[in-house]
Order: sequence, then structure tokens, then C-alpha cells
Amino acid sequence: MADILQLLVAGLATGGIYALVAVGFTLLWQTSQTINFAQGEFVMLPAFFVLIAMGYFGLPFWLAVAVGGVVSVVVLGLLFKKWMVDPMIRHGVLPLVIATIGLAILMKEMVREFYGADAWPFPALAATTDVAVLGAVFSIQSLIILGICIAVVAALQLFLNGTRIGRCMQATAQNPTVARLLGVRVERMILYTFLINGALVWVASLLITPIYLAKFTNGEWLGLYAFIAAIIGGFNQVRGAIVGGLLLGVVDNFAAAYISSQYRTAIPLLILIVVILFRPQGLLGRVEERTV
Amino acid sequence: MKNRRLAAGIVLASAGAFLLVAPWGLKPYGIFILSMWAVMTIAAIGLNLTLGYAGQISLAQAAFVGIGAYITAWLTTKGWPFWPTYVFGGVSCFAVGWVLGYPALRVQHHYLAFVTLAFNTLVYLIFRNEEWLTGGIYGISNVPRPSVLGWSTNSPLAFYYFCLAHLALVSAATWWLIRSPWGRAFVALRENPIRALSLGVDTRRYTLVAFAIGAGLGGISGALYAPLVQFIDPTPFALGLSLNLLLMVVLGGSGYFFGPFLGAIVAVLLPEWLRFTQGFYLMGYAVLVIVLMAFSPTGLLGLADRLTRPARRRTASAAGVPPEPAAESEATR
Amino acid sequence: MRRSKFAVAVATLALLAGAAGAADVKMAYVGEISGSIAVSGGNFRDGVILAVEEINAKGGILKEKIALTLYDTQTNPGVARSQMQKAIDGDPYVILGPIFSGNVKVTLQMVQQAEIPDFIGGEAAELTTLGSPYLFRTSFGQQIGMPKIANYIRDDLKAKTVALIWVNNDFGKGGRDKLIKELAARNIKLVADVSTESGQVDFAADVVKLKAANADAVFVYSNEEECARIMREARKQGLKGPFVGDTTLLSQKTIELAADAANGVVGHVGLTADAPIPAVTEFTTRFQKRFNYKPDHNGIKGYTAVYAVKYVTEKKLGKFDRKALAKIMHGLTITPQEEPGILMETTWDGVGEIDRISFLAEVVNGKQNISKVLPKLGR
Repeated sequence: MADILQLLVAGLATGGIYALVAVGFTLLWQTSQTINFAQGEFVMLPAFFVLIAMGYFGLPFWLAVAVGGVVSVVVLGLLFKKWMVDPMIRHGVLPLVIATIGLAILMKEMVREFYGADAWPFPALAATTDVAVLGAVFSIQSLIILGICIAVVAALQLFLNGTRIGRCMQATAQNPTVARLLGVRVERMILYTFLINGALVWVASLLITPIYLAKFTNGEWLGLYAFIAAIIGGFNQVRGAIVGGLLLGVVDNFAAAYISSQYRTAIPLLILIVVILFRPQGLLGRVEERTV
Repeated sequence: MKNRRLAAGIVLASAGAFLLVAPWGLKPYGIFILSMWAVMTIAAIGLNLTLGYAGQISLAQAAFVGIGAYITAWLTTKGWPFWPTYVFGGVSCFAVGWVLGYPALRVQHHYLAFVTLAFNTLVYLIFRNEEWLTGGIYGISNVPRPSVLGWSTNSPLAFYYFCLAHLALVSAATWWLIRSPWGRAFVALRENPIRALSLGVDTRRYTLVAFAIGAGLGGISGALYAPLVQFIDPTPFALGLSLNLLLMVVLGGSGYFFGPFLGAIVAVLLPEWLRFTQGFYLMGYAVLVIVLMAFSPTGLLGLADRLTRPARRRTASAAGVPPEPAAESEATR
Repeated sequence: MRRSKFAVAVATLALLAGAAGAADVKMAYVGEISGSIAVSGGNFRDGVILAVEEINAKGGILKEKIALTLYDTQTNPGVARSQMQKAIDGDPYVILGPIFSGNVKVTLQMVQQAEIPDFIGGEAAELTTLGSPYLFRTSFGQQIGMPKIANYIRDDLKAKTVALIWVNNDFGKGGRDKLIKELAARNIKLVADVSTESGQVDFAADVVKLKAANADAVFVYSNEEECARIMREARKQGLKGPFVGDTTLLSQKTIELAADAANGVVGHVGLTADAPIPAVTEFTTRFQKRFNYKPDHNGIKGYTAVYAVKYVTEKKLGKFDRKALAKIMHGLTITPQEEPGILMETTWDGVGEIDRISFLAEVVNGKQNISKVLPKLGR
């Protein structure tokens, strides 16, 4: 019993992170048809911004975190959109996919070459103590991660549904042409999604790097799992990304404990295949119509 | 128009001559790289068929190369001659491609990418974990090089010509396929699948065939990769190679016949030329990829197309379809 | 944090580029500078660079400076083969690396055919059974280390059952296969066999499995970062030890990343930058000064390889002769008195296998303490 609780909480915590990354991914896809193959590296990078701010510029941790956030939003949000997505998106999805693959390689190699190939410790946002509940031991960190993920996503949902800008963004996602006709500043809305993604990956980075340690390879599996979470949950629904992420985290943990550990990474992939073949819109997604 | 044809012909002839003559001036390392280029081009041609002509995004090509490589490695180290393993590899991959494609091609493009991605990773895991079958992480060593009609291909030069011959064969076969009614059906699939369907083209069947042939070519490429490197382990056949092959096809010019050739030059030879930059070569390569995609999303051949053709009015393209050069370019592809 | 890494890179490039001249002695490093074991390959390379710089500062080998060229295998056998071919085309005196055992296997034949001595970093057991007279290790093969550990588990820990957690790559699997054999030979039962992925982060499920096994000892065999994460998770869930490992579990990097979770861990350490030997400590200090990070055992491997070549060429041969070098290396012992750069007394046997003293260690209060020195096998 204690074991099951242990696995559940650990799975939810990891799943929360997948959810955060998947939400950003989904937002980009919804509003601008951008498939960002570098999303994993986007999560790897902000931690290094913070480390550089602390190491090179000697800033205290909290200030470095804030600086890291600003840099993330500007570089991974604004500049990414301006310099990469805008020039290429008119030509269709595939060139942008290739370009983001190239971007992922570039970011990884830059960190490896200019910062180093090792793993570095990263300060945690809160206490790293453990608490024992019903025989299972959880780290406060896991609970905090889960809490922050839920809070962020709830805030996002509130923003999207409750504010005028949020509803404009949804309109842009559903039908940009009509939205434009109705006076929504579509370009600006798309920009906002990129900025939000920049902020989301920054939060995700701060949450995972204390556990993952700062290493240039952090993005590889994370990106893949985020895609899987987004698809399982429903590529066109933010709620779906959350469900997908949490489900993935929990299933992954239980599969590793009770089924083969050599094929651990196969389980999420099998779920992915099953979902795509039998319910391509994902668990919570809406069926996408094809225009003729 | 005739001038373009003539120019293209001259370029082709000189390239062919260069390929035949180049290895004489190169050290074994250079010859090895050229052989690798030839082998990767075959896999890229397969992917080009699937992606460029039939419009399906496949991230599973590395798995097929791996299956072909393992079949050949496994059988030839047990004493089988090369030829049957090579045929067996190609046919098996065709079959696997068919079986995979049957359910997978029902879903739309970006979903197919993920299904094929998952398939590739699963196959890699099988390669790595099933030691009894594949040697697992230890791999299969000492894969022998085949002999052709009594002549051994052990030397770098001999094996290079062996690979080149296969490339020529595969190119000829693919050229014939593209020119045939099948090829036109493939193009119809890519340009507008719904319209093709309304015209009576069995889109499912043709898509499946394109996908399976692409897979089969991947298998053949793998069958050549095994004796080239002479050691097979799971590492090369992970997702990275699939992404690399995708890169090759798109960079060269997806849907152009010679796209894979150019793309393979960029993906195989360019990193080697950039190696003098030590730790920076992958970065330089990545930047080049990004810049190329920004300036010419239709790849290098698309760029060449745009530069060599005089300015013409583009015919109105369907909403949402990327502005590909219109039907008149069909004759030159 | 590495300061001015860029400047270091440029300086190294300049050093290497400017060094080659007609009368120079060429060496090639063919190793994993990028890819999954970039850290190990990078350490080995930097150990080589440090040795080359030191030797060149004193005039080189037999008055000729060493010209070192670096080749990156990207931890990929296909690339390794092409890079090794390129290196061989450059006609080097000796080759250093690869470290990844798969890369050693794929290049073995061509190095043997070219008759160039190759000082590898790979530790997979089978490498010295493949019959190449030109292959020389720079650290124990797993078939040497594992019996020592198995003895320790049987005699010192008196454990009858062992739970094993290992990383699923050639390093981890090779060690696991060897250890299982050694444990079986000593009638110690394996009650859990948990494989993990390289780069894995979340070990909750794996520790749950280890707990369920309830073994007398837990053997942890993975890369430094994963060892640290495993230990943290193990302590958190209250998995009881003792925890045994080999080299990686007790390295300084693991201790640094695991903090308190590493205390109490024991194991066998073949080669370590923390060995209580003055020559090693001084090496570590020089390395740290030159490269701004602390070396792991791979740094020592690369460094000692170059000095072994220098010693044999100068003191035993008096000339540059690759075939003779390889012949003399078999059965040779080099002591630190004869060649300080070798750091510890090292013997190579007839198949290129290495023999040195090694250590049993324990982590106490965040430091690696050597508890016992194990003698050479003396074959």
C-alpha cells in the first residue's frame, strides 16, 4: 500500500512537469500550427540562464531566477517567434519542424561546448525535506511541484476563459480568419502564446532542474514525453495536456515497477500508438475537421 | 526550357563522372565517407518516396535501416552469402512497412510522425534488449564484406563501387517508378489527397505502397550499411538517424528526384568538412540547417529551381497548400 | 562553473594546430567528445592534452614534439569507424581511445591491420579477448574488477543475497553480466535485477522494486549522475543498505551531487583522482588548474597512456618503432620511480590487460576514504 502511494505521488509529480511542458507545446500548435521539436531543450535552457546569472554575474539566487525568466520569455518566446517561426510558417509545417530540430541541436551543443558536458547541482525553490504519510515517504519538493503545476494550469485556464485577451487567443486558435474579421489582433495573440510558452518552460525548468541536475541532455526525453502527453491528452485542448501529462507520469512509474524495466520506455510509446490509432483526437480533444 | 534541360544533363553527367573517378584521389577515409554517402542516399530515396512523393511524414526510416542491417549482419556472420540476405532484408522491411502502414496511415500527417517515432523507438529497444536475437548492446562484430562473382569487396575502393552500383540500380528503379502511372498517383496523393480520392485513385492502397517501398529501400540501405561498417550495434538506429534522414530529404528538396542525393551530401559530408572547427561543427551544421530552411523551405533543389527559372506567374494554389512550383515543374522533377 | 572555456578551447586549438611540423611525433586521440559519454571522453582527452603539454614543455619525446590531433567519434560506431580511418590515414605513432567499448570493437580490426598501438579507455571485458596485439588498456577490464568486488561482498559484507541496479548501456550491462557470474560462483543469490536507462531521472519505481527484494546488499552500477539520484531516492524511501559499487558510485562527482545520501556507501575503486597517493593528488591539482574542473578516472587513463608511450620509446626503444613498442608493452611493468607520469605502478600482460593496485573505499562525511589497498593480481 505504501508502495502504491509512493509510486502514485512520484508519478503525479513527474506527470505535473510533463503537463506544464505539454501545455506550452499545445498552445503553440493550436494558435500557430507550430510543432516545436526543441521544446525539451527550451526547458533545459532557462536553468542555465539562471546558473550563468549567478556564476558569471554574481547575482543572488532569486534575482537570477527573475533574470532567467525575463531572458526565457524574450529569447525563447519573442525572438523564437520573430526570427524562426514567422519567416518559416508561411511555407508549411515541415520546414519549421526541420528548423526546430536544428535549433534543438544548436542549443544542446552550445550548452555542451560553452558551459560544459557535466551535470551541475541546481538550488531548489523550497526545502528538500521529506514527509512520511501512511508509510510512504514523499519529498516536499514533489508535492510543491505538483502544487505549482496545478496552480499554473488553473491560472492559465482562468486567463484563457475569463479574460478578454484569453478569449481572443482561443478565437485565434479556432479560426484565425474569422477572428481577424471580428477585429481580433491575431498576430498579437499569437505573440502572446509564444511569450506564455517562454514563461511556462521557465517554470518547468526551475521545478525539474533541482532533481534532474543541470545538464545539456535534459531536453531529450523530456521533449518526447511532452509530445506524447500532449497527444494522449488531446492536442487541441489545454485541459488535455494536463490529463495526458499526469496520466503519463503515473503509468510510467507503475509500468516500471510492475512490468519489465528494460522496456520501461516502451509503455508510453505503446499507449501513444493505441491512442493515435483508436482515438486520434486524444482523451479530451475535439475531433479535428479536415478542410477540403 | 531546352537550355535548362541541357544544363541539368551536363551537371548530371559531370556528377556521375566525378563519382566514378573521385575515389582514386582519396585516402581510405575519404572513400569510406563516400560509401556512407551512397548508402544513406538509398535510405533517403526511400524516405523521399514516402514523404516527398506520397506526402507522408515518416520517422521510422532508421528502424528499417536497422532491420536490414541486423538481418544481413546476423545471416552473413553465420555464413550465408550476401545476396539472399540483402533480398530478404529488403522484402522483410517492405512487409513490416506494409503491416505498420496499414493501421498507421489512417491518421493525419503529424499524427503519423508520432506513430512512426514510437515505432522507431520500440524497434531500437528490441535491438538493445533482446540479446539472444541481436547481440543486444554488445552488437554483432566482424560482418564480412560480400564477394561479387568471385571478386572480394574487402578493399575500400571495391566496396565503394559496390555501393555505387547499388545506388545506380535503386535510382534507376525509382526513376522508372516515378515515371509510371504509380508515380503520378503518388504525386496526386501529395498535392491533394481528397481530390485524388474523388477522381477514383485508391489513396489508401497507393499510400501504403509508397510507404512500404520506402521501408524496403531503407532495408536495402541497411543491408549495405552492415558490411560497410562491419560492426552493428543498436546505437546508430535510434531516433537520431530518422531525424537525420528527414533532414536529408527536406534539405535536398522534398519531392525532387535528386533531392536525397544533395541532402545526403549535406548530412554526411558537411559535418566531415566542418570537423576542423573541433567542438563547433555540430553547431555550424545546425545553423546551416536553420538558415537553409528559412531561405529555401523547398530545399536546395527548390532553391535551384527558383533561381534558374525566369519569373513566371504562379498559378493559384489551393488554400493551405504551400506554394510549390506549379504543375509545369512536374516535367523537370 | 567553467570560466573562459572558450579561451581554453581556442588556446588548445592553437596549440594543436601550430604544433605539427615535419619532425614531430604524431599522436591521434579518437574518442567521444560529443554524444552520450561526452563527459568520459572529454576527461580522457583532457588527460591526454595535459600530458602532451607537459612533455612538450620539457622538449618532447626523443627531442621531437608531440603533435596531437583530436577526432570525435560522437559515441557512434559508424562515425568512429570513419574517424579512426581518418586518423590512421594521418599515420600516427600511437592512437589514444576510444573509450566507448562499442567504438573499440568496430575499429579493432583496422587498427590491428595498420599495426598501430592503441591505448583504449574501454572497460568491457571482451575487448582483450578479441586477439589484437596492438590493444592496450588504461584501466581494469570489468573481468578484473568484478571478482575483487564479489570477494568483498562475500568476505567483508558477508552478504548472501544481492539486489542489482544497473544502467542499460555497454558499460552497465557488461559489468552486470560479469558480476552475476562472479556472484554465482560464490553462491551468492541475485534477488533483484533492475535495469535503468542512461540519463534516467526518476528512480521511484526502481527503488520500490529493490525494497521488495529485501537483499543483504544493494549493488549500484551506473553513471555518476544516476548513482547520485538513485542514492537520494533510496535514502528517501528508506531502502536499507549496505550499498556497494565500483568506482562511479564512490566518485567525487557522485558525492557532490548526492550530498548526504552518499554517506555510508562502500565499494571498489580501480582508479581514482582521490587516491591517497601524492603523485595522483598532484596530477589532480595540475589538471584542475589547467582545465578548471576536477578530473575523473578517465583523465588519469589518458594521462598515464601518453607517459607510458614516452617511457617505452625513450628508455626501452631509443627510437620510434610502432611494432617494437607493442611487443615490449606486453609483460612490461612501469614504476613511478622510472616514470613519474605513470602515477602508479602499472603492468600490462600478454593481451594488453592492465594490472595495478586498487582500493576499497567508503564515503564518510562527504569524502571518499580509502579503507583498504588491494594488491595487484600479480599475473
